[in-house]
Amino acid sequence: MGLIAREVERRGIATVSCSSAWSITKAAFAPRAVYLDFPLGRTAGKAGDVEMQREVMRAALATVRDAKQPGEIVELPYRWADTDDWKDGVMRPRPGGGGDHGDDRSDRLPTPQYQTEEDAALADPECATCVFPERSGALSGT
Amino acid sequence: MIQPPVDYIERTREQYSALGYPVYRWVEETEPPAFARIDKPMREWRVGLVASGGIYVQGQIAFHHRDDVSYREIDVDTPVERLRATHFAYDLTDARADPNVVFPLETLRYLRDCGEIGALAVRAYTFMGGIYSVRKVRDILAPALAERLVSDCVDVAIMVPV
Repeated sequence: MGLIAREVERRGIATVSCSSAWSITKAAFAPRAVYLDFPLGRTAGKAGDVEMQREVMRAALATVRDAKQPGEIVELPYRWADTDDWKDGVMRPRPGGGGDHGDDRSDRLPTPQYQTEEDAALADPECATCVFPERSGALSGT
Repeated sequence: MIQPPVDYIERTREQYSALGYPVYRWVEETEPPAFARIDKPMREWRVGLVASGGIYVQGQIAFHHRDDVSYREIDVDTPVERLRATHFAYDLTDARADPNVVFPLETLRYLRDCGEIGALAVRAYTFMGGIYSVRKVRDILAPALAERLVSDCVDVAIMVPV
């Protein structure tokens, strides 16, 4: 996403990235970021915690307003849990977890992966809001 | 005990090595990015949203999981109940229970309705991250999304990876 933020910024639009992966955001040299020290998949706040979600967005917007130089990462004051023990298991083998070395990813299947069977049945094959730039050659200016 | 941020680059290296996979090369940029300035107050900003958590609306085609560089346009006033999430690499539990955690649509609508920001772009953009081909992101997806944000007259874009 850092790469995309850089391209958007190059076109004159200010960006802020929400990150829960400090090292990746740092390495990608994103123009601006806010960092939330949570397990991946909750980059914009805790589920159901509307007030926290609003504060995260307010902090992101304030970072756009206040950041003075490219690459700034603002750390947000929230913790996922009372302890940081959850970090021990991230991408690491679970006790008795077999030989996958904590690899929780599912197979990277090349067909659409619907959340529900109902979604698959309701999907519009002509979907006008589904954009496939690779297929359509809709690439601007290249 | 407080621990430092999880170093995902280092953990990927350890895990791939243990699995016998070749080293994964994360993007590493040394050149500073462009840095756009906005000369109007926040309450006049038009804000855009780009999220990589694999969000789609029921009725749209879902993402596939192998370097999918397609994206979805999502009307910013879409009811959250119609949002779905698909991804091969992160724990989807919370995103499915409350899509705002990776796609803060209701959150931004609230800030718009309260006048903290001026407006939201008419549509938000979503794709499925975990695209291993840096070339495809750089050459296809990034310019396509940037172009859309420009034509949506966005002042500020909020980028939400997972």
